[in-house]
Amino acid sequence: MTSFVIPLGEVGATAQTATGITAYAWLLVALPLFGAAVLLLGGRRTNSWGPLFATVMSWSAFLVGFGILINLLGYAGEERSRSLHLFSWIPAGQFQVDAGMLLDPLSVSFVLLVTFVGSLIHVYSLGYMAHDPDKRRFFAYLNLFVAAMLLLVTANSYLLVYVGWEGVGLASYLLIGFWNWNPPYASAANKAFVANRVGDLGMSIAIMVMFWQFGKTDFASVNAAVGGANQGALTAIGLFLLLAACGKSAQFPLQSWLGDAMAGPTPVSALIHAATMVTAGVYLVVRSHAIFDAAPTAQLAVVIVGAITLLFGAIVGCAKDDIKKALAASTMSQIGYMMLAAGLGPVGYVFAIFHLLTHGFFKAGMFLGAGSVMHGMNDKVDMRGFGNLSGAMKITWATFGLGWLAILGVPPFSGFWSKDKIIEAAFIGEGWRPWVFGLVTMLGAAITAFYMSRLFFMTFHGEKRWPKDAHPHESPSVMTVPMVILAFGSAFLGLFLALGDRFATWLEPVVGGGHGAEHHPVLPIPVITWGTLALVILGAGVAWLRYWRDQVPKTAPAGSLLTRAARQDLYQDQVNEGLLMRPGLHLTRSLVFADQKGIDGAVGGLAALIGGTSARVRKIQNGLARSYALTMLLGVVVILGAVWVMQ
Amino acid sequence: MNQFPWLTLIGALPAVGALVLWLLPASVAGRAKQIALGFSLVTLLLTVLAALQYQPSSTERFQLVEQHQWIPQFGVSYALGVDGIALVLILMSVILVPICLLAAWRDLPADQVGREPHYFALMLSLETFMVGVFAATDVFLFYVFFEAMLIPVYFLIGQFGGARRQYAAMKFLLFSLAGGLIMLAAVIALYTQGPGGTDGFLVSKLTGLAMPQSTERLIFLGFFLAFAVKAPMVPVHTWLPDAATESRPATATLLVGVFDKVGTYGMIRFCLELFPGASQWATPVVIVLAVVSIIYGALLAIGQTDIMRLIAFTSISHFGFIVLGIFAVTTTSWAGSSLYMLNHGFSTAGLFLFAGMLISRKRSKRIPDFGGWQRIVPGLAGIWLVAGLSSLALPGLGSFISEFLVLAGTFQRYQVLTVIATSGIILAALYILLMYQRMMTGPKPEDAVGTPDLSLREKWVAIPLIALFLVLGFYPKPVMDVINPTVKTILTSVNISDPAPAAGTVEGSSK
Repeated sequence: MTSFVIPLGEVGATAQTATGITAYAWLLVALPLFGAAVLLLGGRRTNSWGPLFATVMSWSAFLVGFGILINLLGYAGEERSRSLHLFSWIPAGQFQVDAGMLLDPLSVSFVLLVTFVGSLIHVYSLGYMAHDPDKRRFFAYLNLFVAAMLLLVTANSYLLVYVGWEGVGLASYLLIGFWNWNPPYASAANKAFVANRVGDLGMSIAIMVMFWQFGKTDFASVNAAVGGANQGALTAIGLFLLLAACGKSAQFPLQSWLGDAMAGPTPVSALIHAATMVTAGVYLVVRSHAIFDAAPTAQLAVVIVGAITLLFGAIVGCAKDDIKKALAASTMSQIGYMMLAAGLGPVGYVFAIFHLLTHGFFKAGMFLGAGSVMHGMNDKVDMRGFGNLSGAMKITWATFGLGWLAILGVPPFSGFWSKDKIIEAAFIGEGWRPWVFGLVTMLGAAITAFYMSRLFFMTFHGEKRWPKDAHPHESPSVMTVPMVILAFGSAFLGLFLALGDRFATWLEPVVGGGHGAEHHPVLPIPVITWGTLALVILGAGVAWLRYWRDQVPKTAPAGSLLTRAARQDLYQDQVNEGLLMRPGLHLTRSLVFADQKGIDGAVGGLAALIGGTSARVRKIQNGLARSYALTMLLGVVVILGAVWVMQ
Repeated sequence: MNQFPWLTLIGALPAVGALVLWLLPASVAGRAKQIALGFSLVTLLLTVLAALQYQPSSTERFQLVEQHQWIPQFGVSYALGVDGIALVLILMSVILVPICLLAAWRDLPADQVGREPHYFALMLSLETFMVGVFAATDVFLFYVFFEAMLIPVYFLIGQFGGARRQYAAMKFLLFSLAGGLIMLAAVIALYTQGPGGTDGFLVSKLTGLAMPQSTERLIFLGFFLAFAVKAPMVPVHTWLPDAATESRPATATLLVGVFDKVGTYGMIRFCLELFPGASQWATPVVIVLAVVSIIYGALLAIGQTDIMRLIAFTSISHFGFIVLGIFAVTTTSWAGSSLYMLNHGFSTAGLFLFAGMLISRKRSKRIPDFGGWQRIVPGLAGIWLVAGLSSLALPGLGSFISEFLVLAGTFQRYQVLTVIATSGIILAALYILLMYQRMMTGPKPEDAVGTPDLSLREKWVAIPLIALFLVLGFYPKPVMDVINPTVKTILTSVNISDPAPAAGTVEGSSK
């Protein structure tokens, strides 16, 4: 194990000073941040041109990112890690943290995903939010999000990542609660922030352990110090980072906020709660690969969390009738796949990020499609009121369909290239693990095929179950063009990146080798691939029978015990409420009572005891004691003054 | 020895302003606030000039020193001087005063304009004592300022406060006087242990004394109790919520933001520096109480329905962090605690003063009386959220850095306690966001439609505070450069060194 840990550490430490356009990487954060500041501080004056300005700022960040990609491609693989020192941020005694950026294949992959998908969603929002009176504020928050997300992925130290980490959390909070005059939406925003804070607790503690053990918190120093660190500390760091990842990426047991987060406008769900922010946890684990490789217990925990979440999300996804909540459950499940892959170590890192990218495209595309459906159906989200929309919304149907094929993992669409590799990687290893994790990922693929086909058929096929006042129509081109572009990604990005191991070679300098052919799954690869495909067809077939061929009831039937549980998100809220919220409420209430009657009373009681009778305490409040006290105070002052004058 | 008397000037100017206001003819009483603001701004300017004279890299621990005999019979001197920590706190105080004056501009109704000179004079006189207490380098002089501060605060609460102002002012005074009297005894006892003479109360003469262990511990306790009441630590905190809620927001800001800092400042300056042995002896109890304060204050804040009480409880939680960092005694935690004192001052000012803007519009300080206000006053809701985020220590805002430094520094010594303390960040998210949800979100309140959003004056209250949150969050280096050498000097003088990183051969590998 340790034999490849040390060279991995060195990989991180060899970052060279950024040159060319990469030296201007700070623009990535500065441009959208400037956009947000102009829109928020400019007030109503910017109403007319603000949204467009924010969109331009986002595309400018994409151009900078693209320039950096070209710049890095000009170097040999090992030289593609570039560091950029910005300024001394926190110089405090032993604790020294500089603000700096790390531009390497991993961060640049994210930069391009965030700015490209992000900018497309800006464009889409120009249409989607056209009639919202608070449109300017919406675009300001979107820009703020892009800035924070880019800071998160380009920061060169864990502490600076933390700034981006909570920054995206803030943007997410603001956008989930964008329509917060609706009380449940305001609660959803709070829930997201608080669940994320539980994760942030993990982030804080992980950084503290790093500082305690290594004296530093930047990636290069931490990676370099891993070799000499003690096992317990590494495991602790790994587990606390995992807690952080669980909060941000809605992984078990901190998953409960994601479904409610669908309260935000749909472009937000597409960008933040599907394509980018929620995948930050996967980024964190892969970025910390040196730590996880050296802490097998923490690594196993990552795999287990991923496996539980991928099934959890898939099961919940089967029972949801709300199109956005079904997609949210699917996001959770797909991130479970990525998390699992990241936990597999060097055999999985590349595919975790690969799937993250393809997922970013096809899931964002499907969310935008869902938004387009809502746009045409008076903002309805209940799929039992949809059906046979394929004719009315041809572009939406086609783009959504490509996303659907991609997530199912049907070759040659994008998802196949990334997900199939994760399933293969899950079958690698010794003992019980490959069998359990491999079979879980295969089972997950079958359930995914079922619930995504259910979603697709219920919305676009079968018979019309539209409400009487519905007149579905295709969305304007400002919305459909981004959908079409994302659909291209859903179709071809996977193939493009998989050809000639292009993406694996690109990412290798960061995460090290090990994903290649030297490992063999416990089952032959064709068996895995064809077996998975067979399961996918089975899942999709069952969905076809029940949701296309058969009639879909307009109101949900009672359902089995499992269905009912899945509709309630497997009782996640009830568990949280019973274990945390209600006891917390009681604790707070009784403390408020005790503070007034108990502690304050005790202090008052002590005064009574000293005074001899409680009557005297009453005099305190009558003002007698006040005059004593004041006289005493004044006396001290007068005496001091007199001595001074007479000296 | 004696240079230009910067500190005396800075301290005296507000006092002169207060005298001018008290002597102001009734016919021009309406101009009192302008005069007060003018004096406070000149004081701020002078302080900035003085701060530019301060050289962080100098080997002189105290700079801008002044020293004169005052009561040589008792060994009392008029001795002033600042180190990095004191300078930063004085700067914070003189920045906050003009902001508070501006926020208090319309505190008194038009028919009470005759009381305005007195109201603003009290705030200016408080500024004098605040500068004095941070600048004093004579223990007795410190004590005099420490007690003198009570007088303006007492009148500010008792004469200008809310419905239960008499009760709150009295409770405040009794707690403070009790702490002060114990400290007086400790001050005198400390003097008897020192070399005596006509300048026997100078801090420099009383540092590093060889005392019998029990004596040292008793004197330490005398100081510590007074500071613990002032800083409010659980369980001697109960005066603060009452005092804060019955105060005007500007008074509450100065009370919690500056006045209470004397407690934590005193712990650094007097407890740890003068009694290192006793401090070490007391540390286990103190840090447990600090962690209790963090969690307890936060839980109580969640349960409040009164905005001002809620803010007071958040401060109890934040003071817990400051005390924790002080008693963990690492360069990191001390830098964090010193910076926290500064950030907390601005952060609390934001909360109290913006709350004041809301309260003056709604004429209620009950949280349930609000709801949906973001729809009516979006600007005010925005700055209210920013102040809240600063209080919950969002990265990118100043308080995050200080809170994280305290925790990271403390973690080097006490891992389990730090983890418990860190869970305070979850509670902080709850107390701020639940409050924001109850006050600002929800359907538009039809009864409040037409309430004006931020006025120009209110914008000028908010702008400097929010600018400070951001500057201290992204570029705290100028402040750290002033604080760090002082922290290092003190820790070297009490002979405490940082724990070394366990796997720490990383020098040179970082870029």
